[in-house]
Amino acid sequence: MERQTKVNAEDGKQELVITREFDLPLELLFKAYSDPGIVEQWMGTKVLKLENKRHGSYQFETTDPKGIKYGFNGTIHEFSPDRKIIRTFEMENTPFGVQLEFLEFEKLTDNTSKLSMHIVFRSVALRDQLLQLPFAKGINMAHNRLQDIVSKLK
Amino acid sequence: MNLRRDVFQAIADPTRRAILLLAASQAMTAGAIASNFDTARPTVSKHLHILTECKLLVQEQNGREIYYHLNPKKMKELADFIEPFRKLWDDRFNKLEAIMKKYSR
Repeated sequence: MERQTKVNAEDGKQELVITREFDLPLELLFKAYSDPGIVEQWMGTKVLKLENKRHGSYQFETTDPKGIKYGFNGTIHEFSPDRKIIRTFEMENTPFGVQLEFLEFEKLTDNTSKLSMHIVFRSVALRDQLLQLPFAKGINMAHNRLQDIVSKLK
Repeated sequence: MNLRRDVFQAIADPTRRAILLLAASQAMTAGAIASNFDTARPTVSKHLHILTECKLLVQEQNGREIYYHLNPKKMKELADFIEPFRKLWDDRFNKLEAIMKKYSR
């Protein structure tokens, strides 16, 4: 199967680039990032605030299956419809600190488009930690699943 | 070819993945690694043996202690550290695409 989403994280650099081509017109791709109701659907998060303008800010809140709430927020530095969003991103109450995101939206054909997310971290170590987060979470999930199965056997 | 298969077998086990993650943060002795798990010490030793055999972990003698550390070269070959991160975004973007397709009609 083709890998549509690419992650490029060069060794020793405090940045990473995520790219993806979509089977969607550019306008719809951009709308997925600017319409709070749609952001909620695909990010699986609650949008508390989303001010799509320069010097605007945004605030998301995600609730995990155990009912624990996680907050995310950032400030928008540039908002150019169908073209570019520059913003900061921060996971609240985590040691990751703030990261800088450059989101570029590009038309490929009338019905296809491309997104490139360039993320800059404060340090190489922080970037590597974040890259490993889903890996670590996967381990926890595997353990939890195992626990669930074991508890059902009792 | 056989070795390559071994590497993927090595990381298929959740405990061994957890060991790799521990060793990624710092070089550790077998005892220090085992103290993070409820499993019996010989079980952890077996996992360490497998990980060392396929070169994902490297042993380093420091005085009387043997430290295990991650072999970044091998891990890079594997590129599996990044894969769950990539998968996370791939899933997200697939969802985005599916949702937005409804709007295009």
